[in-house]
Amino acid sequence: MIPAGFEYVRPESVDEAVSALAEAGEDAKVLAGGQSLMPLLRMRLAYPEVLVDLDRVAELREIRDLGDALFIGAMATHHQVMRDPLVRRHAPLIAQATATVADPATRHRGTFGGALAHADPAGDLPAVALALDAVCNVRSARGSRDVPAADFFVDWLTSALEPDELLTGVTVPKLGPGWGTHYEKFHRTAQSWAVVGVACAVRRERDAVADVRVALTNMGAAPVRATAVERSLEGVPVSDGAFRSAAEHAADGTAPPGDLHGSPDYRAHLAQVLTRRALTAASAR
Amino acid sequence: MPRVRIKVDGVTYEDEVEPRLLLVHYLRERLGKVGTPVGCDTTNCGACTVLLDGLSVKSCSVLAVQADGREITTVEGLGPGGELHPMQRAFHTEHALQCGFCTPGMIMASIDLLRENADPSEAEIREGLEGNLCRCTGYQNIVRAVRRAAEEMRQAPEREVTS
Repeated sequence: MIPAGFEYVRPESVDEAVSALAEAGEDAKVLAGGQSLMPLLRMRLAYPEVLVDLDRVAELREIRDLGDALFIGAMATHHQVMRDPLVRRHAPLIAQATATVADPATRHRGTFGGALAHADPAGDLPAVALALDAVCNVRSARGSRDVPAADFFVDWLTSALEPDELLTGVTVPKLGPGWGTHYEKFHRTAQSWAVVGVACAVRRERDAVADVRVALTNMGAAPVRATAVERSLEGVPVSDGAFRSAAEHAADGTAPPGDLHGSPDYRAHLAQVLTRRALTAASAR
Repeated sequence: MPRVRIKVDGVTYEDEVEPRLLLVHYLRERLGKVGTPVGCDTTNCGACTVLLDGLSVKSCSVLAVQADGREITTVEGLGPGGELHPMQRAFHTEHALQCGFCTPGMIMASIDLLRENADPSEAEIREGLEGNLCRCTGYQNIVRAVRRAAEEMRQAPEREVTS
C-alpha cells in the first residue's frame, strides 16, 4: 500500500514548523514518529496535501527539569521517555505505561507528543497525562497557549489542537512524597492496544487515602477520570474492602465502545477489576 | 523531488525520491535489497524490520526521505563476504524458521534486543520480540536461537553486532 502524494516539509525549528503549518492551511498533517500516521497514509484513510515532518526539530526531543514539574518535549520517543532518569524518578507512571506501548521497534520511532496529539481512545498515554494533571504546551504562528489534559482530548482521534497548532511538549507536575502510581492494562496479545487501561495515582497520609486520581483508557471516545471512584475514596482508610467497593463505580458515567475485542458490558467489568488492582498497586508503593 | 543520501549496509547511495516512497520500497525496488520483505504493511508484523542508526524500525512505517543522512542496516548487511552473523547461524542451527518470511525481521529485532541486553532470559526474549509475528514455529526455536546467539556473542564480544 502506497500513500497518496503529498508535499513534504522538513523544518529544523519550532518556528519553521509553525510557519509551515500556518502556510499550509487545513490540508496539512504533522508527522511525528509516524507509527500511527504512516499506516493511515498507506491505507489512504488520511491524505493530506502537505506533511510537516518534525523528525529534525531537535529542540522538541528535550526532557527538562523545571523544578516542581518536568517538561517532556513532544518528539521525545517512547524509547527515550521510558529510560529517562528524570521521568523514571519524577513521573514513574509515564515510564511504566510507556513501556507497555506497542513493541520496541515502534517505541524507537513513536513519540510521547504524537501519542497524545493522535488522541486514540485506546492509547495508553492520554489517560496517564490525565491522571497526572499534565498540561499540553501548544504553539502556532499566532502565539502559544497551555491546554490542561482534561481539555485536550476532545473526541475519538480528536484533540483540542487547531489545524495550524503544534503540540510542542507537555508539562507534568512532579508528585511529592507519599504518592504512589500504577498503570494497569488489559490487552489480548503482547503488542496490541489496551482493551481497557487504568492510570492511577494515590497519596497516602498515614493509613488513609489523602488524594487519589484514576483515569481510564478506552472507556469512551476520549480518556476519562473515574470521578465517582476518586470521590468515594478521599480520606478513607486504606483497605482492600475500601478499594473494592470504590472500584465498583469505575464505569459510572462512561460510554465504553463495543468492538471485536469486547462489548461495552465486558469493558465496564474490566474497568472495575483493573481499577481495584491499580489502586492496590499504587497505594503499596 | 527531494534528494537523499543514505548509507545502506555500508554503501552510500544518492537518489531522488518521491516523498511518499516508503523505506522498505526504496530498499527493495531501488536498491534491489529484497532480503527485507513486506509483510503485513500495517506496522504490525515486523517482517520488514531494519536498523536505522542502530535501532530497530519497521521500514514500512518510515519514509525513505526520513532516512536522509542516516545509516540503515538490513539483513543483507549482516554477513559481509558471505560469512553468517552469529544470529543468522543460530537461526540456522536451531531451525528457528519454517516458511522463513518473518526471519529477516526476527533476526534484526533479535540483534537489537541483544544490543540492549546481552544475556536475556526466555521471558525477556519473548517480550523483546513482541513486535515480530511468526505464524509457523510457535516461537520455541526462535527463542532457542536467540539464546544460542547471545551466548556465542558474549564469548566473542570483539565481533561487531552490525555491519
